Amino acid sequence: MAKEMYSTPMLDQLEDGPWPSFVTGLKRLANDDGKPYQNMMIDLLGQLEHSYETRKGYWKGGTVGVLGYGGGVIPRFSEVAAKFPESKEFHTLRIMPPAGMHYTTGLLRDMCNLWEKHGSGLVAFHGQSGDIMFQGVETDKVQEAFDEFNAMGFDLGGAGPAVRTGMSCVGGSRCEQSCANEQKIHRLLVNNFLDDMHRPALPYKFKFKVSGCPNDCMNAIERADMAVIGTWRDDMKVKQDEVKAYVAEKGRKSVIDNVVTRCPTNALSLNDDDTLTVDNRNCVRCMHCINVMTKALSVGDDKGVTVLMGGKRTLKIGDLMGTVVIPFMKLDSEEDYERLVEVAEETIDFFAENALEHERTGEMIERIGLVNFLEGVGLEVDPNMIDSPRQSSYVRMDAWDEEAEKWFSRKAEEAA
Amino acid sequence: MPNMPIESGVPDPFQYMHPTLAKNFGAWDYHDRPRPGVLHHVAKSGDEVWTVRAGTQRQMDLYTIRKLCDIADEQGEGFVRFTIRSNIEFMVTDSTKVDTLVTKLQDEGFPVGGTGNSVSMVAHTQGWLHCDIPGTDASGVVKALMDELHEEFVREDMPNRVHLTTSCCQINCGGQGDIAINIQHTKPPKINHDLVANVCERPTVVARCPVAAIRPALVNGKPSLEVDEKKCICCGACYPPCPPMQINDPEHSKLAVWVGGNHSNARSKPSFQKLVAAGIPNNPPRWPEAAGVVKKILKVYKEDAREWERMNDWIERVGWPRFFELTELPFTKFHIDNWRGARRSLNASTHIRF
Repeated sequence: MAKEMYSTPMLDQLEDGPWPSFVTGLKRLANDDGKPYQNMMIDLLGQLEHSYETRKGYWKGGTVGVLGYGGGVIPRFSEVAAKFPESKEFHTLRIMPPAGMHYTTGLLRDMCNLWEKHGSGLVAFHGQSGDIMFQGVETDKVQEAFDEFNAMGFDLGGAGPAVRTGMSCVGGSRCEQSCANEQKIHRLLVNNFLDDMHRPALPYKFKFKVSGCPNDCMNAIERADMAVIGTWRDDMKVKQDEVKAYVAEKGRKSVIDNVVTRCPTNALSLNDDDTLTVDNRNCVRCMHCINVMTKALSVGDDKGVTVLMGGKRTLKIGDLMGTVVIPFMKLDSEEDYERLVEVAEETIDFFAENALEHERTGEMIERIGLVNFLEGVGLEVDPNMIDSPRQSSYVRMDAWDEEAEKWFSRKAEEAA
Repeated sequence: MPNMPIESGVPDPFQYMHPTLAKNFGAWDYHDRPRPGVLHHVAKSGDEVWTVRAGTQRQMDLYTIRKLCDIADEQGEGFVRFTIRSNIEFMVTDSTKVDTLVTKLQDEGFPVGGTGNSVSMVAHTQGWLHCDIPGTDASGVVKALMDELHEEFVREDMPNRVHLTTSCCQINCGGQGDIAINIQHTKPPKINHDLVANVCERPTVVARCPVAAIRPALVNGKPSLEVDEKKCICCGACYPPCPPMQINDPEHSKLAVWVGGNHSNARSKPSFQKLVAAGIPNNPPRWPEAAGVVKKILKVYKEDAREWERMNDWIERVGWPRFFELTELPFTKFHIDNWRGARRSLNASTHIRF
């Protein structure tokens, strides 16, 4: 027998307007006669309206999990359970989606059926870490729900001080700007660290994100401890007949204003015959011209990735961008991919050993300096890692000659 | 013997991918946009695929998901994907399906858009619906904003793309955005000294404070924590490890608006968002004051920015004084950074626009 619905005058106001309403969805579940989640969703709506009225949240964490794992379930117990008892437990299962977030309708329907049986019927596609968030399940149904997801081929994502769920862009599956096999990198990295994901024991979270080109649609540089970004090192491709067609369509002024002069390194020049000359040695692969002239311009053939480390959000010392630690590496052979995994392993080992509690990789690098980090994980210094060299003379440099020698011998090795 | 988990990790996407996408993996030639909300990709093989993108509420009941599946099965080809901004994409290889798919989605209340130089869906967090430390709601703020910005989602007439984000605490899980609407607390935490000793690991809480404003103390004979309120920056970092240090305040937890965060390397290097407005009331269910500030900034950006200038590119060109002049937002002492590295944000030149 269903409970009586609460009056929700504030939430009701979020049912109007042209954008799809989550409130209408919540009410659909709360009105779903005979479903196991009906009373839970009635009380959930009641609690949410209470939050809107009082401008406060009423969930607290706790400990809920599945057998064999130490994380992946976000426990939520209500602080106002006396008033809204049916939603007193409203946990989330973080489930990792297929890389690139591809779904068949069959898969989505199976997931819905599962969540109709065990959970609340409420799902978020996707959370900010990239998980499917199955929101709203009671403690004693967590295990059975997970077991069914697991049998379907799905696994819990990360939570707490652990390797977290990763993200990769649509990439090679539908984007001509793709310079890497994003889904392969994503799966290789995350799936290599499932122990660190499922049994949280790191100083704090560690995130992988993979973008196939410098447009970085996954926000990897700003958000990932290890960002892998596709790029290329030979010349970008120019189809001059398409350039001419574009100039004919848009006009010279438009091409000069919106493409040529927007190049951050002045590497483009529109010729008198409406062809384009590219100074490829000074192109920084920013993607702007390729984004605008999608038919005429495209990325080169000698593809690989740039790796940046240390991006994160505000807690605790402020937002940090990732820093280049590998300017370019090829990812052609299985050995190349193994080398990438090795870099990740070295980094996570170093992070586990050296970061303070609740310190992200970027904060650790800030505290100990980039050079100590590079030496710790076995990467060589490179001028692509900096915006500019040191400005302060206050540094001890009595090992200068040895360091210079290292540079020259590395250069000689590369030339050989 | 109970079931032990199969640690299968991230699933292989090819089993769920549209076959034309899988067939042409890594071998696409170019794309164009026949109309707002629709992408057209051409593979080197000559294969073509049209993608119709629609906005969702992200937090979906299973009937909404099933409705989207019905549309994908009946008007589409049974394959979808989601973008990082919770838009759903329907891929079809038959161009004649595009218009019926668009119409069906619109009829069912899913706005088609979010492509090209539009205002896309707001990347957001959990808020009062599910977070344990939220200062405000997320889904509700986003619903209210997207209702207001709906026209800019379904059209492509912004100077460049606009990514919005919201965060319901200062940790900023919503991430960087061209415009970010984030909680900004304005008062130190209110401490329930009866609970601290039992609930909080005190050294952890002391270590969590970014400005070393928390110290152990005996209050009424009980071990607790105290906050040096002169040092406290009201960030709320102590609240997650110590819930008795309540930071959320119905009156004094305000909203702030930040602009110019850009994840892309296109033109300039990626940039972080900068504070432009604060003290905005946290006013459910429709947050009209926050929506007003966002709309004002978007209006000025749309009028004043040149084609292809992203929010940060535009402000870089016209300068911050002009930004405040055009948006009519007050410039205050709080806009001048005093966090670590702040001097890099000061003008050490005579470059001044008059």
